[in-house]
Amino acid sequence: MNFLLEIGAEEIPDHMIEPALEYLKTECSKLLRVEARVDATPRRLVVRAENVIEREADSEELVTGPSVSAPAPAVAGFAKKLGVNAEQLGRTTGAKGEYYSFVRKVPGRLMRDIIAGSLAELILKTPFPKTMYWAGKGSERFIRPIRWIVALLGGDVVPFTIAHVSASNVSSGHRTLGQKWFPVTYEDYEQKLLDNFVILSADDRYKRIRECPVHYVCDRPLLRTLTNITEYPTPIVGRFDEEFLALPKEVLSTVMRYHQKYLSVESEDGKLLPEFVAVMNLDADRDGLIRRGNERVLRARFNDARFFWNADQKKPLAQRVEDLAHVTFQAKLGSYLDKTRRMQALVNELGGDAHSLRAAELSKTDLTTELVKEFTELQGVVGGLYARAQGEPEEVARAIYEHYKPVSMEDSIPATHEGRIVALADKLDTLRGCFQIGLIPSGSKDPFALRRAAQGVVKIIVESGMTIDLKGLLGRDAKLEEFFLDRIRTYFRDIRGFKYDEVNAVLSSGWSNLADVEKRLQAIQIVRPTPDFEPVAASFKRISNILKQAQFESDAKVNPALLEEGPENDLFTTYLVTSQRVARADYVTALETIAALRPFVDLFFDKVLVNAKDEQVRANRLALLSSMRREFSTIADFSEIITISQETKE
Amino acid sequence: MLSFQDVIFRLKHYWAERGCVIQEPFDIEVGAGTGAPETFLRVLGPKPYSVAYVQPSRRPADGRYGENPNRLYKHSQLQVILKPAPDDVIDLYLGSLAAIGIDLAKHDIKLEEDNWEAPTLGAWGVGWQVMLDGLEITQFTYFQQVGGIDLDVVPAEITYGLERLTAFLQVRDSVYDIEWKPGTTYGDVRLADELQYSVYNFELAHVETLWKLFDLHEGEAQRLLGMYAKYPDKHRFPVLPAYDHVLKCSHLFNTLDARGAISVTERVGIIARVRKLAVGIAAAWVDQQCGEEAA
Repeated sequence: MNFLLEIGAEEIPDHMIEPALEYLKTECSKLLRVEARVDATPRRLVVRAENVIEREADSEELVTGPSVSAPAPAVAGFAKKLGVNAEQLGRTTGAKGEYYSFVRKVPGRLMRDIIAGSLAELILKTPFPKTMYWAGKGSERFIRPIRWIVALLGGDVVPFTIAHVSASNVSSGHRTLGQKWFPVTYEDYEQKLLDNFVILSADDRYKRIRECPVHYVCDRPLLRTLTNITEYPTPIVGRFDEEFLALPKEVLSTVMRYHQKYLSVESEDGKLLPEFVAVMNLDADRDGLIRRGNERVLRARFNDARFFWNADQKKPLAQRVEDLAHVTFQAKLGSYLDKTRRMQALVNELGGDAHSLRAAELSKTDLTTELVKEFTELQGVVGGLYARAQGEPEEVARAIYEHYKPVSMEDSIPATHEGRIVALADKLDTLRGCFQIGLIPSGSKDPFALRRAAQGVVKIIVESGMTIDLKGLLGRDAKLEEFFLDRIRTYFRDIRGFKYDEVNAVLSSGWSNLADVEKRLQAIQIVRPTPDFEPVAASFKRISNILKQAQFESDAKVNPALLEEGPENDLFTTYLVTSQRVARADYVTALETIAALRPFVDLFFDKVLVNAKDEQVRANRLALLSSMRREFSTIADFSEIITISQETKE
Repeated sequence: MLSFQDVIFRLKHYWAERGCVIQEPFDIEVGAGTGAPETFLRVLGPKPYSVAYVQPSRRPADGRYGENPNRLYKHSQLQVILKPAPDDVIDLYLGSLAAIGIDLAKHDIKLEEDNWEAPTLGAWGVGWQVMLDGLEITQFTYFQQVGGIDLDVVPAEITYGLERLTAFLQVRDSVYDIEWKPGTTYGDVRLADELQYSVYNFELAHVETLWKLFDLHEGEAQRLLGMYAKYPDKHRFPVLPAYDHVLKCSHLFNTLDARGAISVTERVGIIARVRKLAVGIAAAWVDQQCGEEAA
């Protein structure tokens, strides 16, 4: 049988559609016991499936009754309850003896009944970040009011109700172009929607948007939004006055993108053209009314932006620094002026030059400008543009421009050294301050985006290869150090693709110098496939365990006089030679040299008993192992490496 | 071409035909039609109520001395409350656009997510901004909570920006150029008060006096609210006059803010003070309504 579910709702916010569909696909596939397909427009979430069985298979159920030693009436009662004679009962052996039992046939339920009984709850459990009620206090909650439901299985309506709306076979068309109500079947559903100006497939809507006479900038997130806020999208091309091109491209495209959801149009060499693409939720703009309307709106927006730009120039950024005293950064952490002063101190600590210092001083002043108040997403960018227009050195302007970067894991780091220094100072200040006053992210709560800030710090340091003592910059805050350690781990594992045990091994040997962490990781990656590496790692794990068991924590020197000739002395001599070589070698050579210890270590463990009867000998052997571990763990703590033998054991 | 006043007449008529009480504007300054008691208080409790009114909305910080073509210190909202929201409320709304001559087959209408929140009123809801050919013309909200109270019945609030809507209909780039009535522009009627109120709000308002007024109104609202619990004859209790004082506080706060007299640290505290009063009023109102129903 074929199955069709259409949840008809008022306009669902575009970014919530895809997660909802994912949930519906998983849960409906489970319920229907076949793979379901999902689709959506802003006004409908749709699930379809073929070959749904009509009825579950019959099953058998073993019912156990009284013990075989029970009196006859009890046995008769048991049989009667099952509707059979006592002679028809069987016997089953349980934990405490033998019991009467009966294998009952359970007829399979109709899928229609199963679905009808579960759909309402399944639908209402769709995870949305913010839900509402509409049919009175205590009534059902969903992302927006549900106004109709189509639920069909094999041609019949699956009956259920949500907030007074009963499932039926009646769907609804495009708000202004389609019929309000019309009946559908599984077979004609998509065609009927199309007849009523609803393109069900997001791919098809996307294609319609892409069929555009001009080449607009392919902004995928915006295209996805436009696909998800329209049922019948049609792109139209509008123009704006060339005089607005005097405003920076960043400002113009932000106005178009964030405020109007317009795609901007560029020439082949990346220059903004005085055109835009708007996407209507309509079939055509016959009289050009919609194009002209959109052009007027954009003109007003651009006029505003130009007005703000000009007004802002009357007071240069340099004169706005003191105004930051009136802009709160965080109640307990003071104003943006306080933050600016702290950032300047951090720039000094980071060894920033005069340009970096100047950029830090001006970095937040654009928060007092009209343009940023209006277009907050342009903070930093506007500061940079103003700094340039006001004659600040290019290095300063650039650094201000890009100091919020990277804004995501995928975003690039600032391109200039000054930009990196200011970006680090900004993020480190926020992190230190928030941790100091206990604003520590937990679970999904991270209002100051501290995870992103820390991730940014890690990314900047590693990818620019700066030599920085990160720990020293964290203000000896144990919680902040741990927080950073997590971000560093995530960065090297998830973004850079290093193996998790290698990351753990390297970080255990210190993480304050991230550029060095990267070098050590690369070395391990190279040396790991060589034959001696993992066995040596296993030996180091053994050494660690022995030392732990013996609770040996002294850093006593090895007394050569107490060494036994043979494997023990050999290991010691090799250790001394290796240790000298390692000290002078690069990481790859060092690791190879350490790995070459393998035969000596193996032989030592094979022939020498660490737990010698003589207390002095024993302590000396532990001291040997301990020195080896100490000296050879500066690149990585080998005991963190998961070796093959361990993996198979697990 | 429909004049500004024609648009208002037609919309009022449209909603009157659909069962709304047509109210006149509330006569105390509010930042939005939501603040008027016809919305703030009437949406509380279980009683159905539908109302439409034009509400001048005063936002001191938005004043531009009459120089910006789109921004006004005082703009006019048509506020419609449908409690409870009927199932076809969006169709009703689209019908109102047709009533002012918008051919829906020739224009692009989109409902884009925009959730509304008013911290000083302890109120929030979910909804959309309605975009007409790329222009935001209406805010549509299903209220969920008002005065910190979960609503028994969910109303729809439809707020039309009348100047923008008329500028759209009349194809004008500046609100001052729209025709109020044939031969009279919006600028003829309103330019002077845009200029004068901007001068007052940004330059001449006496900060100390405004603070004093704020404290006085807050004090009076508090004094009244403090009497409610022990007041014997609840239905006689002046909740509505107490609310007037809260609205005064709210407007004074906005004026002080525009004047640059409120530091950011103070800001949070003052919002909390006004909110506390609004929440107290809402609670008293709901209690008073329950009492009336029981009687």
